[in-house]
Amino acid sequence: MPYLFEMKSVSVSYGAGYVLRDINFAVNERDFIGVIGPNGGGKTTLLKVILGLLKPVCGTISFISSLADGKRIGYLPQMSTGDNNYPVTVTDVILSGMMIRKRIMSRMSSSDKNKASQVIDELGLSAFAHSSLSELSGGQLQRVFLGRAIIGDPILLLLDEPGNFVDSNFEHDFYERLRILNRRMAILMVSHDIGMISSHVKSYACVNMGLHYHPSSEISNEQLLAYGCPVQLITHGDVPHTVLKTHS
Amino acid sequence: MEETIFQYDFIVKGLLGALFASITAGLAGTYIVSRKMVFLSGGITHASFGGIGIGYFAGFNPVIGAAIFGILSALGVEYLSVRQKIREDSAIGILWAFGMAIGIIFIYLTPGYSPNLMSYLFGSILTVSNADIIALGIMSLILIFYFSIFYRTILYISYDEAFARTYSPYVNVFKYVTTALIALTIVLNIRMAGVILVLSLLTIPPNIAMIFTKVYSRIIVWSVIAGFLGTAAGYAISYFAGIPAGATIIFTLVIIWLIVKGIYKLFRTLSNQQPATSNQQPATSNQEPATSNQQPATSNQQQNNQ
Repeated sequence: MPYLFEMKSVSVSYGAGYVLRDINFAVNERDFIGVIGPNGGGKTTLLKVILGLLKPVCGTISFISSLADGKRIGYLPQMSTGDNNYPVTVTDVILSGMMIRKRIMSRMSSSDKNKASQVIDELGLSAFAHSSLSELSGGQLQRVFLGRAIIGDPILLLLDEPGNFVDSNFEHDFYERLRILNRRMAILMVSHDIGMISSHVKSYACVNMGLHYHPSSEISNEQLLAYGCPVQLITHGDVPHTVLKTHS
Repeated sequence: MEETIFQYDFIVKGLLGALFASITAGLAGTYIVSRKMVFLSGGITHASFGGIGIGYFAGFNPVIGAAIFGILSALGVEYLSVRQKIREDSAIGILWAFGMAIGIIFIYLTPGYSPNLMSYLFGSILTVSNADIIALGIMSLILIFYFSIFYRTILYISYDEAFARTYSPYVNVFKYVTTALIALTIVLNIRMAGVILVLSLLTIPPNIAMIFTKVYSRIIVWSVIAGFLGTAAGYAISYFAGIPAGATIIFTLVIIWLIVKGIYKLFRTLSNQQPATSNQQPATSNQEPATSNQQPATSNQQQNNQ
C-alpha cells in the first residue's frame, strides 16, 4: 500500500534530552489513527515534525510527491494560535486554509469563496459567516478551525486534541464528519482521551518518547502500559461501569 | 501676487501631503493596530530621532539618517522577538530612549542652532519640501502595490503566524519586509506630524474605522479617508491659527474619533429600540437546535468577564 509519509529512526530534541526517540512510523491512505500517550509524551511534537515545523536531529521523513511538493496537509492546532480580536471574519479564517494550495501572490477566486460558504454551511456556522472571531464560543471557534483545516482538500488531516472544545451538541456530528472525511483523506488524531476516540479510530499509535503502532482499534494491556502510569479505563456496557486494575 | 502664489503652492503641497500621509499611514496603521505593534512603532519612531541627530551633526539629510535608524531598529526588534532571546517590550523601551538620547547628544554637539529641529519634533507643512512630498508619494505607491498583491498572505500571517508557518516558508521574510516598510512610512511621515505625534497619525484612523467595521480591507479604506480628513483639516487650522501641524492634526483626528464613536453609539441605541425580533437570526440559517443559539451570548459574556 502506498504510504503518505514514512519516518525512519526519527529523533527530536528541544535541547536537553529527547522528546521523540527513534520513531519509525508510516501513514497510509485512508488511515484513521488515534495518537495517544501521556501529557508531555511528544504527541504534538510528532505533528510538528510531520508539518515540517521541527527538524529531526536524526532520522529521515519521506513524503509521497503530492505531499512533498505542495503541503496538502490540513491541521487543527490544539488551541487557537491566532488573535481572536484580530479584525478577520469567519469566512476569511476558513479561506486561509486554501493557502496550502496557493502561491503567496494568489487571490481568492469566486470558486474558493463558494467553497468557503459551503464549508461554513456544513459546519453549521452560516449565521456567523461575517462575524469576527470574538463573537464566537469556544466550540464554534473550533469548528471554524476545522473548516480551515479541511477547505484545501488535504490528503492528510492532523487534529490535535479536537475533543477539548467540541461542545456536546456538536460532538456526534463532529466524529461523523471525520468518518466521511476519512473516505478521502488519512486522519491522525491526537487525544489523551482514549475512551472518547476508541469508537472512531481504526488504529492507534502510542507516543511516549517512543512510538508503538497498534494496527487494530482494540485497546490492549500493552498499550495502556505505554502510558507508564495507572490508567482508568472506561468501557461501554449495559450497566455503566469502569474497569480498574486487577488485584495482585 | 506673490502672496497668492505662495498660498496656492501651500494648498497643493498641503493637500498632496495630506493625501500621501493618509494613504501610507492608513495602510501601515491598520497593520500595526491589528497586529498590536503600536508600542513597537513608538520605539521605531523615537529610535529614528537618533538618525536625525547624526544627520544634523554630519551634515547629510536627517531623513536618511532617520530611515536607517528606523529600519535597523525595527528589524532588530523583530529579529529579537522571533528568536525570543529578550522580552520584546523591554527591548523596545531601551531602543526608544537610546534613539532619543543619541539624537539629543548629536544635536547639542552640532555647532549653531538648528532651526528645523522643531519641525522634526512637532511637524510642519512649511518646512516640508517637494522632495518630501515626492518621497511620500512613492511610498504610497509601494505600499498600495505591496498590500494589494500580498493582501491574503499579509492578512493571514498577521492574524495567525503559527498557523501560517505550517503552509508557508516565507513567514519571516514577510514579517521583516512589512516591518521595514512600516519603519520607512513612519520616518517619512515624521516631516508631516513630528517625532512626538506621528504614531497617532498611524493609530487613530484605524481605530476610527474599527468602531464600525471589523473587515480588514474596509478598515484600510476608512482609515485613509479619516486620515485625509483629519490631516487636511489639521493643516488648514494649523496654518491659519499658527500652531504646530502635528498637534493640530492629532487634535482633529481625536475629535473625529469622538464624533464617530458618539454617532455609532446613538445609532446602536436607536436600532436597539426597534422591535426585538430584528436582532434575532432567522431560525433556518442555523442548523443547530434552537437552544444552542443561547450559547454564543453566554460564553462571550464569560470571556468578557475574565
